[in-house]
Amino acid sequence: MATATPYGARAHARSQEGTRTEAMPVVPASDWPAPPREAGHLVWAETVAGGNYTHRALARGTELRLTDVTGDACAHLLLYVADRPWERLNVADTVKVQWNAYLGEGQLLLSDQGRVLASVIADSSGRHDALCGTSTLVRNTERYGNGTPQSTSPAGRELFKLAAAKNGLEPRDLPPSLSFFQGVEVREDGSLHFTGSAGEGACVTLRTEQDVTVLIANVPHPADPRTEYVSSPLEVLAWRSEATKPGDPLWEATPEGHRAFLNTAEFLAARGLA
Amino acid sequence: MSTGTHAGTSRTSTGTSTTVTVPARAAWSAVVPEGGTLTITDLHGNQAVDFLVYDAHDTAVRYSAPDTIHAQGKLFLTTGSVLMSNEHTPLMTVTEDEVGRHDTVGGACSKESNTLRYGHHTWSQHACVDNFLAEGAKYGLGKRDLVSNINWYMNVPVEKDGALGIVDGISAPGLKLTLRAERDVLVLVSNCPQINNPCNGFEPTAVEMTLGAPR
Repeated sequence: MATATPYGARAHARSQEGTRTEAMPVVPASDWPAPPREAGHLVWAETVAGGNYTHRALARGTELRLTDVTGDACAHLLLYVADRPWERLNVADTVKVQWNAYLGEGQLLLSDQGRVLASVIADSSGRHDALCGTSTLVRNTERYGNGTPQSTSPAGRELFKLAAAKNGLEPRDLPPSLSFFQGVEVREDGSLHFTGSAGEGACVTLRTEQDVTVLIANVPHPADPRTEYVSSPLEVLAWRSEATKPGDPLWEATPEGHRAFLNTAEFLAARGLA
Repeated sequence: MSTGTHAGTSRTSTGTSTTVTVPARAAWSAVVPEGGTLTITDLHGNQAVDFLVYDAHDTAVRYSAPDTIHAQGKLFLTTGSVLMSNEHTPLMTVTEDEVGRHDTVGGACSKESNTLRYGHHTWSQHACVDNFLAEGAKYGLGKRDLVSNINWYMNVPVEKDGALGIVDGISAPGLKLTLRAERDVLVLVSNCPQINNPCNGFEPTAVEMTLGAPR
């Protein structure tokens, strides 16, 4: 197709309409071909390529389902309170307050303000990590020869910097992250052992408990021992639902979590948000 | 070598080193030049020392618990451990440790997390995050500059099922550790005021900081 003139270039660009690729957002999300049975009205439907990232502002009471489509995804995740990004995921408080180093169903993702950002309401993987964070330019350059976003082996932190920038945030705003779908176990002497993936089709569903900004980088886990950069597509679906409320099993599942939900409810009520 | 100290600290200097006592519950900070050393002494035993370290010339580059953990393949810090930055570069190295293991996972206590861990009755108690905020502000650092920190002298085992907790310490009066700066670094310390778990033996005490000049 001739592209020597604006008319030709326009026709060439427009001829791409309707192209489908393995990794892309589907807009509107309601056009997603096979929504899960439990899904309500879809507000986000995307397949994130290996070595890529995504981000979104999500209303309180959204369910966010992440799926490791072919078994080599690793979803590195950060959460911020929407419009108040200085309140954000605190991995140390998340594991310390809940007396457990491992992430799984029923765990709450806590902010530094003693409140809940999201809860893990379903998990078919059981292979996650709150200890090792994500990969860096320096480390990926050592391991794979490159770690820049434009390379074939982007580092998680470099992608988080871009996702953060698109939400008005800077590298200073990137605390330690957590990751889903590639497991790490701790032995008695404190040593770490990479247990890898639970296989294709594993899912984790989060429920947002405040309006949040979520940043996701889909890159190999930093402790993945494979010499090649292996990163497969991550499916991201989100739909409208309800936040956890009094009477739900999770509300009073633990005394610490109960107080976190109470702190959250009081904060939202005072702001007129719930 | 410059140090920022709270009222009540005492200081002695020799030709090559300066020793400062940090009172119970207080904050402290120092810039340690590349090659310089910081020795922390647990004067009375089992006193958690919450610790953050930044590149003194670019504080966006700061201690990263996850980079430190996955670089050494182990949670606990001891002699030989390298404190890595969020850009996976070395900030400090533990050159001597008389205790054996220190915590990278538990982070700092805060008034907010205390309400979750113990109850809202603890709200009026002082906490490490407040120390970090107050001390960091002297260098233009704010809340978003606080990340998961080191807890020297704090014992946090992880059980097979992932159960994790701050338990009785394994330190003792007079035990010390030494860090060497791998570049010019800013160190922020909170001498932990927590009284609701065993990290300070339920009674916070003073610790000693000795800064050694580069050789």
